[in-house]
Amino acid sequence: MTEMPREHEADNVANLMQRIWRSDIAYSFRSSKVTVVAGLITAIFMLSALFAPWVAPHDPYNMANVSVLDAFLPPSWMEGGDPRYLLGTDNIGRDVFSTIIHGSRISLGVGFASVFFAATLGVTLGLISGYVGGRTDAFIMRIAEIQLSFPDILIALLIDGTIRSILGPGAHGNIAFVVVISAISLAYWVQFARTVRSTTMVEKSKEYIQAARVTGKSPLYIMFRHLLPNVMGPVLVIATIMLALAIVTEATLSFLGVGVPPTQPSLGTLIRVGNDFLFSGEWWITIFPGAALAIMGLSVNLLGDWLRDALNPKLR
Amino acid sequence: MLSFVLSRILQSFIVMIGVSLVAFSLFTYVGDPISNLVGIQTSDEKREQLRESLGLNEPAPVQFVNFLGRVSQFDFGISYQQKRKVSSIIAERLPATLELSFVSALLALLIGVPAGIYTALNRDSWVSHLMLSASLIGVSLPTFLIGIMLIFVFAVQIQILPSFGRGEVVQLGFWSTGFLTASGLKALIMPSITLALFQMTLIMRLVRSEMLEVLRADYIKFARARGLSDRMVHFGYALMNTLVPVITITGLQLGSIIAFAIITETVFQWPGLGLMFIQAINEVDIPVMSTYLLLIACFFVIINLVVDLLYYFVDPRLRIKQGQ
Repeated sequence: MTEMPREHEADNVANLMQRIWRSDIAYSFRSSKVTVVAGLITAIFMLSALFAPWVAPHDPYNMANVSVLDAFLPPSWMEGGDPRYLLGTDNIGRDVFSTIIHGSRISLGVGFASVFFAATLGVTLGLISGYVGGRTDAFIMRIAEIQLSFPDILIALLIDGTIRSILGPGAHGNIAFVVVISAISLAYWVQFARTVRSTTMVEKSKEYIQAARVTGKSPLYIMFRHLLPNVMGPVLVIATIMLALAIVTEATLSFLGVGVPPTQPSLGTLIRVGNDFLFSGEWWITIFPGAALAIMGLSVNLLGDWLRDALNPKLR
Repeated sequence: MLSFVLSRILQSFIVMIGVSLVAFSLFTYVGDPISNLVGIQTSDEKREQLRESLGLNEPAPVQFVNFLGRVSQFDFGISYQQKRKVSSIIAERLPATLELSFVSALLALLIGVPAGIYTALNRDSWVSHLMLSASLIGVSLPTFLIGIMLIFVFAVQIQILPSFGRGEVVQLGFWSTGFLTASGLKALIMPSITLALFQMTLIMRLVRSEMLEVLRADYIKFARARGLSDRMVHFGYALMNTLVPVITITGLQLGSIIAFAIITETVFQWPGLGLMFIQAINEVDIPVMSTYLLLIACFFVIINLVVDLLYYFVDPRLRIKQGQ
């Protein structure tokens, strides 16, 4: 069976593509121009982030290639610009365009990691809360409620600040990444947990779960084997919306100087560094990373909004 | 009734105890409080003496109770960096943050509510569409980016507004105000717009959706059937019923404004509590940090408690649910 002829496989792939193309979701995607543009921009950002070392015209981290003589060059179309540096260079002569590509790689990476951990934590706690119920449920939901009464960016900032001060001034390099990612994921697990909990409570009383229980399956098995696949739809929607939020939160933390280290700058760090040169006229060092962040955040946000509406049967 | 109020107060109390515990542990266990207070030359005996007199050799629960006792008398210790009482630093910085937050909240309401009404009543006008798209951008742009763009346009390019600080302030007793000088008011413009923008878009969208909902209600149809003017229906009936949830949300958002002030204050170097907190994190100034933590938590807990209790008195449905 596994040895399928090549043509068959190609046929199947074509078939699958056709089915995807004809599906409701693909239709609603195609029929919204804004969403298509947002999707394209997001795809471009993700691809260039994924292949940053090959896409970026310069390697901004290789100090051997960076020359201070090239510092503060304006964008190439302006007077005094250098055609080698499309969007100009920063204070130590790094190509701004390349730092943006590498920066968005880090922004997206931290964003994805944070959303992944937030989802893992939130889904697990939501499943337990919804399936076990009783005191466990009351306890978890009370914590969630308390956390929801604070703005998430404040939660992230407070957790980040607290962990940082515990670690002391040594919290640089890779530890800073761990701190930022855990702060953001601890700030965003609640939304996942609440949604998963309510879906779980609906699913729990259905017959297939009762059947699984009768056959003597353990609660853990039922939760992850039977319930999990049925709550993944809403989780995906929240994850997309959360990705935009996580990117913005990471940028904010980095801008405030408590985010990722300046040796591996994200878009937020680039804006922070460039901000010092805004007044001396070198606006491109901060405005271009800022624009990149704005466009990326907006596109992912629009994509999340669309996904939420497309998967919500009430709105059809 | 009483049980609901009591349980809400108990919950707030537990939250505050939890936050105090975090603040206390930071204060006591992060870094060595003694070495931050004395010079390098101080002898070990002196250190030990100081340690004893500050009660740092007591068991942890006793220390925690002592800590709570001190905090309730507004004694938050001494800043490691500035070597001053944290309480006096806070008192000095508080007016700046409160003035900024107050103006922003006012701005958000004064622009957000009319814009929401307009977009609800004129759903298909291009102005409404423009406002809604702009609000989407406002929601997804990070606050600090909006601040930087404003600085770039109005402070760097046109050079009509100052980009940092509060301008000249007038000292009224313990309160320093920027409201009374021209430079103080000018300095307030950009930070307050930056801070207000997010809340403004939120209020606008909320008023719009609430109003659209209310306009569909039967009593509005009935009011129209009675032949009342559009003006009367819109502002006398619809708006009044829209405002209750709006007021609640605005009350809850007060906390967010204080929280987002951290970002705005950093962008504009506004000498308020938020900037103080960020500086404290970067300098590992634990007493200042943990005090801010306590303060902001206390603030949020009080706001939430008040809003919850108000809701309970305003909305009879909650009372019935409790009775069952």
